[in-house]
Amino acid sequence: MDDLYREIIIEHYKNPSYRGHLDPHDISFADNNPLCGDHIQIDLRVDKDGKVTEARFDGHGCAISQASADLLVESVIGKSLDEVKALNKQHILDLLGIDLGPVRLKCALLSLKVLKAGVYGLGEASDSLVE
Amino acid sequence: MSFNLQQIRKDFPILEREVHPGIKVVYLDSTATSQKPVSVIEAMDDFYRRSNANIHRGVHVLAEEATAMYEQARVKIAKFINAPSAHQIVYTRNTTESINLVAYTWARANLKSGDLIILTEMEHHSNLVPWHILAAERGVRLEFIPVTGDGLLDIDAYRSLLSQGPKLVSFTHMSNVLGTITPAQEIIRMAHEAGAITILDGAQSVPHLKVDVQKLDADFLAFSAHKMCGPTGIGALYGKTALLEAMPPFLGGGDMIKEVKLRSFRPNSIPAKFEAGTPAIAESVGFGAAVDYLASIGMEEISAHEHEIIDYALERLEEIPGLKLFGPTADKKGGVASFTFEGIHPHDVAQILDRDGIAVRAGHHCAQPLHEKFGISATTRASFYLYSTKDEVDKLVDGIYKVKKVFG
Repeated sequence: MDDLYREIIIEHYKNPSYRGHLDPHDISFADNNPLCGDHIQIDLRVDKDGKVTEARFDGHGCAISQASADLLVESVIGKSLDEVKALNKQHILDLLGIDLGPVRLKCALLSLKVLKAGVYGLGEASDSLVE
Repeated sequence: MSFNLQQIRKDFPILEREVHPGIKVVYLDSTATSQKPVSVIEAMDDFYRRSNANIHRGVHVLAEEATAMYEQARVKIAKFINAPSAHQIVYTRNTTESINLVAYTWARANLKSGDLIILTEMEHHSNLVPWHILAAERGVRLEFIPVTGDGLLDIDAYRSLLSQGPKLVSFTHMSNVLGTITPAQEIIRMAHEAGAITILDGAQSVPHLKVDVQKLDADFLAFSAHKMCGPTGIGALYGKTALLEAMPPFLGGGDMIKEVKLRSFRPNSIPAKFEAGTPAIAESVGFGAAVDYLASIGMEEISAHEHEIIDYALERLEEIPGLKLFGPTADKKGGVASFTFEGIHPHDVAQILDRDGIAVRAGHHCAQPLHEKFGISATTRASFYLYSTKDEVDKLVDGIYKVKKVFG
């Protein structure tokens, strides 16, 4: 339980490195977690080979949701869109270095849902994207 | 019986539970659901061990016993809210189903396009969404009594809404977020003068206050067992006899009929008309035991205790720099304290409090429009009941200071 607010999470929550917007961008998507009102938007720039060259997130919500978004965005820079499509729940848990119960898992996975819905060009971010 | 807090706490075995090694639960989430006393747990256990059978029409001993227990609980519940008779108590699954029952039967039989329903801005989703659905289907109009900055209903605005000739006024007796106790008797009287029927959402009031449907002149009262020391899965709808009798049935099936032909049926009399299918029988027994338990302590005593706790809680919470409380002053509310703290997300606050075993709720508490009104997406909510102590309030306050430390 104490792990939940490890320094890395508090640090990324308070001083995110990748908070902001990209203008212009190649991919942009935003969604909410209706349960707690968390909101995340992710912007990506992608080169001609389909590699992510730049990524930013913005939004508001709990420390877990915002820190995961910062860590996730950092982790996808340099990855191909196919690699991004293959990311799952475990990737987020590895980034956070903690295990999460079902309620907080939703907070942690919001950014990945948003990212994948954007990359797949979907109208809506669904839970099935991050299982 | 006098109010003995130590004895009361002993009645609730879960309060001894260690939720983390060496850390006992500090349960401040009774507005979501209350804990259950031994007498309720044992009544249900005993029912399954000794008396379990399906009710009605069985002539064997167990069926007769189960039927008698199911109906005795109804009598107890009726008495608890001072209903004139037990057949005015319809068993439902919960408050939500009770409100939906009225929406699907009375409202669909009596309301047409353009008719006005008055709600309030502090309603739980369960008293909003059934009316949204009806509005989309029937074209009824919805208007809302505004909530003032200090968390009260604007009665002057209500008076002017009444001049538009509403057919129904459906409102909460106690806000599950602000704790505001609404002037139900006055609101109902004014509605009746304007020719409207009323639904009182008693989910938070019936567990905590002496609610007397005759004194209030309530047309309908909806409440849930699980928030008043009883089990989940059962609630009740009280209605005036003439209204219930004139209403069409709700769900169709067994028990709600007098006679069934291949192509037609005749509905049963009330309350069976609204109780299709095998109901929550053991839960009704638990509901009856819960009402017995609360009555044995006394609702006035319970209210007085909660008032003492919320008074103390507001005083202690107000001392914390950066903490903002929502809702009226202690004299106008029940045992609910919702707050925001220094821009730290309520989920984070609740999660850190949980380390010390403190159980609070974080989110919009099924009252999203109310949160939007106050310009926030979520709050942390601590709520109290007959078993809550000042020591638990102190633990909450200490916990909030720890939150501050974690977030530096």
